Amino acid sequence: MSDNGVIFSTEALNLWYGKNQALKNINVNIKMQKVTAIIGPSGCGKSTFLKVLNRMVDLVPNVKYTGSVNLQGHNIFDENINLVNLRTRVGMVFQKPNPFPKSIFENVAFGPRIHGKHKKSELNELVEKSLRQAALWDEVKDRLNEPGLSLSGGQQQRLCIARTLANEPEVILMDEPTSALDPAATSRIEDLVRSLRKHYNIIIVTHNMQQAGRVSDETFFFLNGELIETDRTEVIFTNPKDNRTEEYITGRFG
Amino acid sequence: MAKLDEADFYKIQVQKQPAVGTSSRKMQDDLTQQSIKSNLGNFILEKFFLICGMLSIFVLLLILYFLLKNSWPALQEVRISEFIFGQRWMPSSPNPGFGALPLILGSIIITVGALLMAVPWSLAAAVYLGEAAPRLIREILKPVIEVLEIFPSVVLGFIALVVVGPFIARVFNLSSGLIGLTGAIVLAIMALPTIISISEDALNSVPKDYKEAAIALGATNWETARYVSIPAASSGIVAAVMLGFGRVVGETMAVLMAAGNALDMPLKEILNIPVPTLMQSMRTLTATIAIEASDVPWGSTHYHALFVIGVVLFVITFLVNLVSDIMLSRFQEVNRND
Ligand SMILES: Nc1ncnc2c1ncn2[C@@H]1O[C@H](COP(=O)(O)OP(=O)(O)OP(=O)(O)O)[C@@H](O)[C@H]1O
Ligand SMILES: [Mg+2]
Repeated sequence: MSDNGVIFSTEALNLWYGKNQALKNINVNIKMQKVTAIIGPSGCGKSTFLKVLNRMVDLVPNVKYTGSVNLQGHNIFDENINLVNLRTRVGMVFQKPNPFPKSIFENVAFGPRIHGKHKKSELNELVEKSLRQAALWDEVKDRLNEPGLSLSGGQQQRLCIARTLANEPEVILMDEPTSALDPAATSRIEDLVRSLRKHYNIIIVTHNMQQAGRVSDETFFFLNGELIETDRTEVIFTNPKDNRTEEYITGRFG
Repeated sequence: MAKLDEADFYKIQVQKQPAVGTSSRKMQDDLTQQSIKSNLGNFILEKFFLICGMLSIFVLLLILYFLLKNSWPALQEVRISEFIFGQRWMPSSPNPGFGALPLILGSIIITVGALLMAVPWSLAAAVYLGEAAPRLIREILKPVIEVLEIFPSVVLGFIALVVVGPFIARVFNLSSGLIGLTGAIVLAIMALPTIISISEDALNSVPKDYKEAAIALGATNWETARYVSIPAASSGIVAAVMLGFGRVVGETMAVLMAAGNALDMPLKEILNIPVPTLMQSMRTLTATIAIEASDVPWGSTHYHALFVIGVVLFVITFLVNLVSDIMLSRFQEVNRND
């Protein structure tokens, strides 16, 4: 059951922050080579679900989880799982652009460097490739040594995507990557997501229904820590089975 | 009308407005009113801070003037090169010597020795506390370290005298353990809490976003500290080291009790080359002032020579400060934070 088009599959995934249960019995398959959107009202556990997939949730004190999450046949909750490898394979882009206070080049080269790539030519190539994939190369190719923080918000977010791409991950997790950006910058990121879907498995949390409709193939609807419905995006938006899903996407609550 | 509170004041203003004023006109006036008021507040605060700043600079200049004025007579009798390069400090003998080089070297060697021990040690501790320690451990250790910071130095000096000294003597098989090394150890211990707590604060104030980004890219705790947190906190860490340096170079009592106070040059010949050593008894600039100030004849050359020592201390700290400032701005040029 490991392969056949599934990148992640969760079984009986439960998660608690202290006594507060944030994820309740999640059983789901995330398909390969697809953009999966996660929608749901604030506090329903979208970010939590995302952070389970690269175990960033471990950084929260008092977090506890049960069940299993399989990444191509490996349970990432196994004790002997190598978190460095997991997080290299499963990259993450955050809500607020967070480039390091380093140059544009050093931001992108960060991942490859800590994973042992030091040859200048190799790094140069990787940095250019990643910036091109992130549709940022033309804007920054003459200023690679300037601080990443000197870029605009939208450029910073694309820099963060390039930084993630430089690790050559299989999965990219994006937690509301455009919520801090203006419409023009948002649409560039959306274009980018669409162009990346051929080579990466992308899971994107969004509060914006139109965005989910525009960029995703599959949509998961969460409510109060439960996964209510999963389906192809057009089905979720045109013909949801659960009326809570319908209420949410038609804007009647949340 | 003597007591006119703010609300009344505005009422009167508004009532005085001619009736033509629409509500937006009124609002505009209210806005200007407020800005005059807050501008005045700003103005007063700004001047207050300016005065405080100027005052502290003024006091510093006054001290410097006092130092220079009082060292002047000694500099007229003894050449400055004799002070700095002379190797015989015998200011009260009938054939006086005013060569402060052994004292200058004593201060430098002990300070460098203390910082070589304290800086790596405290940076490691700060990184552990700031980046890796479980919350509970951190919350216990931090206050403990901060209490150490206010530990009276004379007590530490005493401990050095009766515990560290004999221990060093036994380890190195010496007749007396009161040597530069003992002084440096005590000073390192005194500098630790300052350097740890300030650099830990600096590491802690690095935005969590950066650390999360690094960890999500597969960096370990150590790599996150090494490549993200420490560079981002560098100015705070340099400030911490500078404060530690200030503490070490200015410390008097503990080092006076621990280092043995010999006036020989703290050098050892290795293959005919004199090399600075911590393994001898030595005396620092600060200890010299403390020891000799109480019974020096008022107004004598010796008296003024002690002020020269003060100037030398001042110059050393000033130079170190300057160099670290330059280093820091260079560093920030390369590693610009914003
Ligand atoms: N670090 C944390 N510590 C404790 N509780 C948390 C933490 N993060 C989230 N929670 C709780 O877990 C639940 C789910 O939060 P989560 O951040 O996953 O929601 P979300 O769907 O991403 O919401 P939003 O749309 O507002 O980002 C909420 O009840 C929240 O209060
Ligand atoms: Mg969220």
